[in-house]
This record gives sequence, C-alpha cells and structure tokens, in this order.
Amino acid sequence: MSEATVTIHNPVEEFLRMDRIPHIWCPGCGIGTSVNSFAHALTDANIDRKNLAIVSGIGCTGRVAGYVNLDSFHTTHGRAIPFATGLKLANPKLNVVVYSGDGDLFAIGGNHLIHAARRNIDLKVVCINNLVFAMTGGQTAPTTPGAVVTSTNPYGTYDPSFNLPYLVEAAGAVYVARWTAFHVKQLARSMEEMFAKKGFSFIEVLSPCPTLYQRRNKMGDGLDTMKFYKQVSKVRNGAPTSEVALSKSGEIVVGKFVDRERGERGDYGNLMHDSLAGALGEDYVETEACSCQ
Amino acid sequence: MHADPAGVLTGTHFLDGDHACCEGALAAGARFSSGYPITPSTEVVERFAARVPTVGGTFIQMEDELAASITLQGAVWGGAKAFTVTSGPGFSLMMEHIGYAAMTETPCVFVDVQRGGPSTGLPTLPAQQDMMQVRWGSHGDYEIIALCPNSPQECFDLTITAFNYSEKYRCPVFVMMDEVVGHMTEKVVIPVPEDIEIEPRRYTTLPPEEFLAYKPGADLVPDMPRVGEGYNVHVTGLTHDERGYPDMRPAVQDVLVRRLVDKIKNNVDKITLFEADHIEGAEVVVVSYGITSRVAQKAIDMARQKGLKVGKFRLITAWPFPEKQIAEIAAKVKGIVVAEMNLGQMVREVERAAAGQAKVRLVGHAGGSVHKPEDILKAIMEVAR
Repeated sequence: MSEATVTIHNPVEEFLRMDRIPHIWCPGCGIGTSVNSFAHALTDANIDRKNLAIVSGIGCTGRVAGYVNLDSFHTTHGRAIPFATGLKLANPKLNVVVYSGDGDLFAIGGNHLIHAARRNIDLKVVCINNLVFAMTGGQTAPTTPGAVVTSTNPYGTYDPSFNLPYLVEAAGAVYVARWTAFHVKQLARSMEEMFAKKGFSFIEVLSPCPTLYQRRNKMGDGLDTMKFYKQVSKVRNGAPTSEVALSKSGEIVVGKFVDRERGERGDYGNLMHDSLAGALGEDYVETEACSCQ
Repeated sequence: MHADPAGVLTGTHFLDGDHACCEGALAAGARFSSGYPITPSTEVVERFAARVPTVGGTFIQMEDELAASITLQGAVWGGAKAFTVTSGPGFSLMMEHIGYAAMTETPCVFVDVQRGGPSTGLPTLPAQQDMMQVRWGSHGDYEIIALCPNSPQECFDLTITAFNYSEKYRCPVFVMMDEVVGHMTEKVVIPVPEDIEIEPRRYTTLPPEEFLAYKPGADLVPDMPRVGEGYNVHVTGLTHDERGYPDMRPAVQDVLVRRLVDKIKNNVDKITLFEADHIEGAEVVVVSYGITSRVAQKAIDMARQKGLKVGKFRLITAWPFPEKQIAEIAAKVKGIVVAEMNLGQMVREVERAAAGQAKVRLVGHAGGSVHKPEDILKAIMEVAR
C-alpha cells in the first residue's frame, strides 16, 4: 500500500490576504460566503485584478476590503461611495467595487448612494444586507423588517423599512439583483454580469446574522437560516422592484430585476466627456487619468 | 521639480483671492476638485470648473461636504493632486475626513474661506473663527498644517505652498482665508512655470514584494504606492501597522499616533512662515494674521507716529504654531497685542508660548467687518504704558 500526500488548496486563497486569516466574522455569517462568490466571479470572468480596487465603509461588511488581496480602501462610515467616486473619476481605468453593509450604504450613506446612482457613476456595489447594525451589537437598521426584536427596539421594530432594489432602481441604477447567502452560484453569476456592465450596478445579498438577528428573534442559527432562505426564496427574474419588499418571514424574491442602459451616452464618465468636448471643442483637454508627477 | 506649464497662467492679473487661490491650485498641479457650494468660497471651484477641462482634469459637484471631503481623497489615491473648498458650516461637516486624511496620510488641501459663525452665522461677511477648529476639529491626536494669506497674491502663493507641504509631509494642509481676502481684488503676479517649485508625490521606487505601505522613511513619512500596479495596498482609518493592516494593540497605536504628530512637530522650523518687522527694540509687538494683519499695520503705523516702539509679527503658518518665535519676542517686550477676528483663539497659543514673560492683550472681534485700527491702537497704547 503506497502513501499519497494530499495537498489541500483552496482555489480562492490567492485572492485573500492569508496573513490576515482568521477573519472576524461569526460562524454562520454570510459575508465570507459572499466573498467566496466574489472570488469565483473574478476568476470565472477573468477580471484583471491589478486594475481592480475595492472600497468598503464601516461595519462587519466594511472589513471585506481588509481581507481581499487587492488595492483596497477601508473608508469612513457611509462614505465608501464618494471615496470610490473620486478614485474612479481620477483613474478611470480602475474597475471599482464598493463592498459594504446595509447600514453603511443606506442609513448613514444613503444620500451618497442615491446620488451616485443618479449620476450613473461606473461603480459595482455589493450590499450585504443582514437586516441590522451588526458590528455595534444588533441595532435597528433602515432595512430591519417590521416587528422583529433588536437591541434598540427591544419590544419590536415599528420603523418602516427600505425596499433596497426599488430604491436603487428609482435612483437610476442600470443593474439591480438580489440573492441570499444560500445562492452562491447565482450570486457569482450576477457578479460576473455586473462586471460586464458600465454604470451604477447594485447587488443585494441577504445574509444571516446568527449572533444578533436570528438568535434574538428565535430564528435558529446560520444553518437554519440557510434552510429558511432555501424554503422561502422565489426566483423571479425581471420582477417589478416595487413587489420585492422583504418581511420577517415571508417570501424572499430573488433574481435579476433590472438590466438596462440609460440613454445613448452611458455612464457618468461618458456624459462628462461628451458634454465638455461638445462645449469646449479644441480647448477641451482629454485625459485618461488625473495623474500627478 | 517645476510646475506643469499647462496649469500656469503666467502674467500679471487683477484677481480676487478666491480666483487667485484657484490659480494657485492649478499651478501646484491640482487636477481634481470635489466641491459643494458655500458662500464665500464658491468662486474658487467655479473658476476651477471652468478652467480644469482645458488643462486636463476633473471637477465634480458633490451632494454635500461629507462627500466632497472624501471624494477628493479617493482621487488622491487614484493618482491626482486634489483639493476642496468650503466655509464654516461646510468645514464643520468635513471634520470627519480631516481625521481620515491625517490617519491614512493622504496628501490633500482644504481651503476654508472663513465667515462669521456659529452655525449659519454671517454667510457673506468675514471672520477668523475656524482657527481652533482647523487644529482640533476632528477627534483624536494628529497634527495638521494651516496657512493664512492676507492678500490675493498670497492666496496664489500659499495655495502652492499648501500643496507642496501636503505632498512632503503627507497630511491635510489648510489654506485659512477669510471673506475679505477671498473677495478683495488686487494685482496678482503669476510667475513662469520654471520659477514655481513643486513638491512631487513621494511614490515608492520599491517593487510590490518589498514595499510596506506605512513604513516611514527617516523623516517619519512613508512613500506612496501607485494603485493599479499590483501593490495591493490596504488603506484604513483603523489603527494600523507598517503593512497598513488593522492592529488594535496599544503599542501599535502608540507608534502610529506619535509618528503622525512627530512628522510635523519635528519639522516646525521648515514649515513655519511668518513676517516680522521692527521686533528688535520694540516695546510692543502686534501679532495678527489674514486680513486683520493689514488693519493692524495701520494701527502700528499710527502708534509709531506717536513715538511708540511697535513691532509686527504676522502668522503665515498658524499651525503648527510658531512657539519659538513668540517665546523669543515675549522675552524682549513689555507686551504683545493679538488682533484676530474672533473672541480669542490664536491668542491662547500666544499666551501659552509667552508663558508669562510679557503681557498678552487680545483685541477680539465677533466678525462681520474688519477691526477698527483705533481699537488695536488703543490696546497698543495701554500695553505700552
């Protein structure tokens, strides 16, 4: 009988800063799962990682920028999108991904998000939605669906919540999809599609927060949440976003809801270029990047 | 290194301080600005929006000052020299990102054309009430550099200096104008590009495998990577080690925060700019800055006509504060008169530096107009008595 040496190699290792592992995320959390899908999307779509930059805000998902082996920026709370806007406009060859949480992007950062969508800045936004402010201990978020217990609504929430795809579509996004941490393959395919789009693109990823959401609401652990996602998710590509609002235990509509172009002139970079070139003619100095010496 | 000729409007011009500041930014190599309209500063970015597409660069009007003050930092990491411009209420909103720039060592310039506060205050009228806010406004320990022009010519010159300091020391640098300096129109001479010295960005020459993003050089300042070239840099507002990785240990915090402070403190002599006149033999020295220094000059002239021995010390660099120079003056004179368009901000620093060696008298003003020279004269005469 011969002995064989088996080398276990995780195919996404080269994509991670292995010297920073283990990560801070709790067992059962979906953020790491989504990063796995992201890594597969980059590999499968053959994305040039050298020209890929990732920008995060603050919170559990905000830590993604620290674990991926890319040019990565962990910014201030809510301001990942305006930072990414400056990065993209100054250096248009970069492929800029914003990876952050629902509280960061839709509470403190909500204004920046709708304006970036309005402008159609070429940013790829991945929003991990765990329905609470998790890093700070499970407080109510603008996404917390009605009548659940949070640390700041100990008798149940009553604030109406945002329907993220509906809001982002209305603000002008050219690509809007939603998946859960259960839909790892579909999420990776959606991310690939997002990389092929030019303009403001958005994917919502529902993630368990077993520590601060499911446990507090007696909804089980991470595995129970996966079973729940499997049970209640309905794929409805092209569903009107007005019909995809979330509730505590109702159906989760997933799929690609929006995939469109906004006029002939495309994203913000093209709009700016065409407008200035048209107005200034020969006086316009086109640059590929605002580089300094 | 000399200025890129594309941005230099060589010649003799008749410009207000806001427009001169914009020309200074362009001459310094700024090719990106993110702004939000606010009186009395908006003319700076209005001119930039008109000029920069003809030079090669970008202006974007953001949704608020929170966004404007971080968008420019994204642009800096993207490779641009970048700045934003604001006034009191907007400056208050920008404090968060002054801390981010200090912590991430992002070279960038903020221009604050000061108006009367608190709150909405006096939108169209002058003050010098943000002088402590610029130093202490964001939470935590850090050092910044702040420069105070007193003419449109200096708005041009010091904006270039601000960009040069920001690149050299990798910290946010502030041009602390006031409404009068911003809106007064005077002769501004813009030199030929060969006569404008520009501090280049400190890009590393090391390959990615040898580069540590926050390993400082001998001057305590680290070199920068270029993004999109495989450095896989990590930039965070969290306390971080030399790799840029988050590290919450008190020892790491101690090394990092002391370095952020020391890289400026150790170079105070190189950063300090001032104008001193008739200090030797003076009984009284008047300390002032910005537009107030020009009113103070009138008071000084009036006092000299009365036979008083009065010197002048004008702060050009307000932060880091020129403690050494003020201490030396305090050792020689009877008293120091501090005139500023607030109810007592930089005077606290003068008192601290003087350390009881001389009387320190504030001539404060709540803002809305410049001082009356007679009020400063009265203080000079009282102190000289």
